[in-house]
Amino acid sequence: MDQKLQAFRETVVAASAAKQPLRIRGNGTKDWYGQALEGDVLDTTAYSGIVAYDPTELVITARAGSTLREIGRVLSEKNQMLAFEPPRFDGLATLGGIVAAGLSGPRRQAVGAVRDFVLGAVLMDGKGDVLNFGGQVMKNVAGYDVSRLLAGSMGTLGLILEVSVKVLPRPVAQHTLQFSLSEAEALRQLNVWGGQPLPISASCWHRGELMVRLSGARAAVDAAIARMGGQTLAYADAYWDALREQTHDFFAETAQGLWRLSLPSVAAAITLPGEQLIEWGGAQRWLKTGADAATIRAAAVQAGGHATLFRGGDKSVGVFHPLQPAVARIHRHLKNTFDPAGIFNRGRMYPDF
Amino acid sequence: MNTLTEVAFTPARQREVVDALRAVLPSSSVLFNQEDTRPYECDGLSAYRQLPMVVVLPENETQVAAVLKVCRRLAVQIVPRGAGTGLSGGATPIADGVVLSTARLNKIVRLDPYARTAVVQPGVRNLAISEAAHAHGLYYAPDPSSQIACSIGGNIAENSGGVHCLKYGLTVHNVLRVRMVTIEGEVVELGNEGLDAPGLDLLAVFIGSEGMLGVVTEVTVKLVPKPQAARVIMASFDDVVKGGNAVANVIAAGIIPAGLEMMDKTSSRMVEPFVKAGYDTDAEAILLCESDGTPEEVEEEIAHMSEVLRISGATAIAVSRDEAERLKFWSGRKNAFPAAGRISPDYYCMDGTIPRKHLAKVLLDIAAMEKTYQLRCANVFHAGDGNLHPLILFDANASGEFDRAEKFGAAILELCVEVGGTITGEHGVGIEKINSMCVQFSPEEREAFFGVKRSFDTAFLLNSDKAIPTLHRCAEYGKMHVRAGQLKFADLPRF
Repeated sequence: MDQKLQAFRETVVAASAAKQPLRIRGNGTKDWYGQALEGDVLDTTAYSGIVAYDPTELVITARAGSTLREIGRVLSEKNQMLAFEPPRFDGLATLGGIVAAGLSGPRRQAVGAVRDFVLGAVLMDGKGDVLNFGGQVMKNVAGYDVSRLLAGSMGTLGLILEVSVKVLPRPVAQHTLQFSLSEAEALRQLNVWGGQPLPISASCWHRGELMVRLSGARAAVDAAIARMGGQTLAYADAYWDALREQTHDFFAETAQGLWRLSLPSVAAAITLPGEQLIEWGGAQRWLKTGADAATIRAAAVQAGGHATLFRGGDKSVGVFHPLQPAVARIHRHLKNTFDPAGIFNRGRMYPDF
Repeated sequence: MNTLTEVAFTPARQREVVDALRAVLPSSSVLFNQEDTRPYECDGLSAYRQLPMVVVLPENETQVAAVLKVCRRLAVQIVPRGAGTGLSGGATPIADGVVLSTARLNKIVRLDPYARTAVVQPGVRNLAISEAAHAHGLYYAPDPSSQIACSIGGNIAENSGGVHCLKYGLTVHNVLRVRMVTIEGEVVELGNEGLDAPGLDLLAVFIGSEGMLGVVTEVTVKLVPKPQAARVIMASFDDVVKGGNAVANVIAAGIIPAGLEMMDKTSSRMVEPFVKAGYDTDAEAILLCESDGTPEEVEEEIAHMSEVLRISGATAIAVSRDEAERLKFWSGRKNAFPAAGRISPDYYCMDGTIPRKHLAKVLLDIAAMEKTYQLRCANVFHAGDGNLHPLILFDANASGEFDRAEKFGAAILELCVEVGGTITGEHGVGIEKINSMCVQFSPEEREAFFGVKRSFDTAFLLNSDKAIPTLHRCAEYGKMHVRAGQLKFADLPRF
């Protein structure tokens, strides 16, 4: 066994024996995300490096501590990308961290989320065993799809050691259109366009302006521009980057609480007080508000979705949306399967988990 | 642990279970006479047959929950069954168990063109969803080739793909929400009609779980706009390695084709007399490369792909001129399995996936194995995603051929694992490949799978003899073969 793996194993086995929590951490770019931070830091940054990358396979396999800067550099040399556009947080976010946090960026509405791109993962469980799930191939139905389950698991099931993700070529052409529309008009327009064969790869509505990014073959983008109208947005790459990295002005001040509402794209405009920014064709609605958690959660449920206290605010109300009792029970059983001593990122997702 | 409860199937036991089920279902929904249960003795993998003790056909979710509670109380194994078209024996009955057919849960509950979603019951056929969405310019993207018959519930069990999945994804990428009943009889919703749900992504692990975690009662699927146009290129190569490299070159050029398929010479010679698709039967490999989108986009992409294929050494290139010709080019590929059944008394279909860069090595090794095992093998290949379907041709009545075919198949699966691939890309493990799971996964990994199963199926009563082998089972390395003559739905196109 690799020396670093051996060290991880010793730490994990000892922590399990003592029932001492471990806090899995890469570069800590998302320390603010989730519930309480508990336990000794288990630093993954030394376990880094690209294990395999062949652009013609459309798959990259890297160790969990690899930064998105490193991965992005290697991919862009071959004109490819992580299509789910995870926030890179100055390039320091790690692959393990982004998979564990399950964060996806603007292109999610068109191509899918982190979980849609995870093809395989190597996990160290609470016993220190190294387990391989999935693989390096696109199609694989051997065994349950545990690797996708790890996306968004907040590190609660084990130490993610290595991940294989599908990559895609960068689009040949991109163009962003701008429209002045009310929230309700923008939501309606986005859903109408969603039912048409248009190469929309991202969208954002904020303060009466709707931005729509088109990506794809030159001919497809040109045809869509002619059909959709609107104004051309200059410096569009910087605009979408700011959204992806959450450096857009909207994200600057989140002290009172930044909520992320995940709703059906067709859900009507949310009438809670505060400021909104809408992405993913209407399916992701950011809300900066001082409204109380119960009101926000009730509104999200009413609209057919759920609400996360993404950043800031008072975490004692629960960061993640409460689970149905039957779903919570399955969560506990799964936790017990992979982490029977309850050491990994204890309480990071739910206080009792 | 993990051995199934061994309850002998006695007439008294059958009566006990039937009586309990009739208390919660109309009597027409409970079948137990052999002439009624016979149609359920196998799925698409007909080499494995087993009469079930009882078959139930619930008509709604309340009845499904009631059935599960009865089975839980009486400790009866349940085998959920969709249309029964699966190729790995995932719906093979258990001798003293109940088959739960979703055939009567066959309604499209709601289709919302504005939200681009359809809410359907599990027995709805895959193609029926696209047919219902057609008027709105939408369709359901995953298109397993049995789509005219297979059900969405079965697609969820197997995480079904299709020829377009490199671009449009598998079932897991196209399902938003599943409503299912646990072995406790409790109704649980996984996912929702937004793009994600709170907590762990249970929907992702549920899809592809071969009916072993819960019984699906309702599904919300995504619908996507139909591409305005599609055309396919048929390219010939005088060498399979050149064909494989051409596939890599297309991807390297930054193109994600809507479909990308390869056939070797044995395959094209096998299908051409059968379907007359116009295949170049002198070519060592034929590539089918499809583009879809707006007419302008297709024009641009076809020109780009043709150029890449030409540079890669294609000896002939033809582009479909209209929809009829596009379907003709595809017909040979889609009929490869029935064609194998026509030229050989039996065939054994493998379903490994490999990293594409090892295609040449794998094909050369398979060619060497043909000599070792003295059997022919035709290779059809979902080249875009690395999913290989070698068809081993044999005659079970010829002395020793059955045995050699089995060994040949096992050797191919081991080769797939060895080059970094997997034993099953899309057909599922079921009963058929359960022994090969021992090759791909360690005892600790298999134990983790059992842990996942028990997290959902606390009583270990849902299709428990499938997909995940026990330690004990791995000690006995068993049978794997398909008799072509017995392939059910022989007229369905197969990949």
